Amino acid sequence: MLGPNGAGKTTTIEILEGLTQPDSGDVEILGMRWQDGAPGRALRERLGIQLQETQLADKLTVSEVLGLFRSFYRQSHSVDEVLALVELEEKRKARVVTLSGGQKQRLAVACALVSKPELLFLDEPTTGLDPQSRRQLWEIIRRFRADGGTVLLTTHYMEEAERLCDRVAIMDHGKIIAQGTPKELIASLGADHVVDFALTEGGTADDLVEVLRQMGGVSAVRTGPDGVSLTVVELHRALPALLALLKARGVELSLLTTHHATLDDVFVALTGRQLRDT
Amino acid sequence: MYQLALSRMREFYREPEAVFWVFGFPIVLAFALGLAFRNTGPGKLQVGVAGGPGDSALAATLGASPRLIATVLDSASARLRLRTGRIALLVIPGDPVVYRYDSTRTESGLARLEVDDVLQRARGRNDLVAVRDDRVVAPGSRYIDFLIPGLLGMNLLGSGIWGVGFSVVQARQRKLLKRYMATPMRRSHYLLSFILSRLVFLIVEVVALVGFGWLLFGVAVRGSFAALAGITVLGSFAFAGLGLLVASRAKTIEGVSGLMNLVMLPMWILSGTFFSYSRFPDAMIPFVKALPLTALNDALRAVMIDGAAVTTLGTPLAIVVAWGAVSFVIALKIFRWR
Repeated sequence: MLGPNGAGKTTTIEILEGLTQPDSGDVEILGMRWQDGAPGRALRERLGIQLQETQLADKLTVSEVLGLFRSFYRQSHSVDEVLALVELEEKRKARVVTLSGGQKQRLAVACALVSKPELLFLDEPTTGLDPQSRRQLWEIIRRFRADGGTVLLTTHYMEEAERLCDRVAIMDHGKIIAQGTPKELIASLGADHVVDFALTEGGTADDLVEVLRQMGGVSAVRTGPDGVSLTVVELHRALPALLALLKARGVELSLLTTHHATLDDVFVALTGRQLRDT
Repeated sequence: MYQLALSRMREFYREPEAVFWVFGFPIVLAFALGLAFRNTGPGKLQVGVAGGPGDSALAATLGASPRLIATVLDSASARLRLRTGRIALLVIPGDPVVYRYDSTRTESGLARLEVDDVLQRARGRNDLVAVRDDRVVAPGSRYIDFLIPGLLGMNLLGSGIWGVGFSVVQARQRKLLKRYMATPMRRSHYLLSFILSRLVFLIVEVVALVGFGWLLFGVAVRGSFAALAGITVLGSFAFAGLGLLVASRAKTIEGVSGLMNLVMLPMWILSGTFFSYSRFPDAMIPFVKALPLTALNDALRAVMIDGAAVTTLGTPLAIVVAWGAVSFVIALKIFRWR
């Protein structure tokens, strides 16, 4: 589930987890609905949940925290097994308060994994982590997936969604505005490259936009405060044409970049805003 | 539940401040109060003799008594000392001899009796009835004997309410309660784990305080230890329930601290921890007796000082249990799990 902060990702995932009452609608998890008492607990036995803002008890050690969480489940990994899953073996005796941000996050994921869940919910598991910690967590998630587990994760990093996810739902203002595989979503742009440029004169004449729209291989044109963004099908044809056009008009470029289309471009195409600006 | 209780205990004993406030502080308090109110008998009474004819002879007569220290004072300093309580009574020589004192002060009353007795005998009064003093020191009647059970009760109250209230609200604030809710953990197990861990700490608390009183001040437990253990378990259960109730809705540590003080302060004052609640007006007594700490203190004193059997303590123990059970049930109903 990909979306900017405040899009409603956490609310949605907590409704799915049975922690927040939905105002309307139905939730079905692994073929079951949330109920109080024994049926609810039976469903929880099969889930692994990591919440966004949990702070585990500072004074307990890593293995004590895991021992506590595994005691809640009928079947679970041993503390050693789950420590190996998240590569925290050497921190077994360390108190939670002494862990780095990345280690704390891996411990939180370990608490979710300890029950051998079929379905793992991760709410922004990598937010605020350094790139190395983020890659470590990605590796843990990939292994869980490779062993046949299902993961629902929320993120506002499009790179994370693109790399980890089989299916992505893009969320904005409490609504899912697009869903599909990362490839399908990018393909929905109708092009696979994006060209961004800006002119030294600043501003862009409206007639230039019109001309660009008519140009071969260009599928969409957007203007913004930073310049113009073209979505193009065939970069090798569109780019020389663009340069020739600008030269003919006698305007200078102050910026020119191209990249493969990403989920970020999908978000921009759908909302007119950039994911990372929010 | 066992794992939850274990975690609770680990979190507690790894917090040195908490350990001090629960175990160390009552002992320090008992030590200080025990020293301040140790039984040295009534001290010597300070009396003044106003300057005038025959003042030094009068002072000498009074000073001969082993229980009086008499000083000759001019009228200004006599007034000042009398007002500030540095002398219990002022004797003004003359005919008649005048005793000036504040009749509401116990010390002054004693001084008047003693001074009058010494003066009358010096003038040749004869005792008409033969008397003999038979002095006894009764253990169990000293202030420290009264204090130790009270401190024990206060300690159970404090550690129940602080220990439970604080950790619940902290877990709620850190979203840990919500995280537990995302597991198949039973809610009642979470609440019961507090009571279980309280019972374990209880043993340490009781042994520390009672052992301390016994070693240093010779405060004995006259009743059975089983009765003492039973009463402290009930008390601890009641206060853990009260702690859960206090913490059942609060979202912040600041909020719950206020509530905890609101619950504890009146009981510290009213429930006869440091002085007997019989000093309060009669109209207040039934209310004071209905408080859980009063009932617990009464039961503890009955066992420790009077050696009473548990069977005679039905009423106070019923009050304690009722507070615990009602608090626990209400807490379970209104508890905010997120």
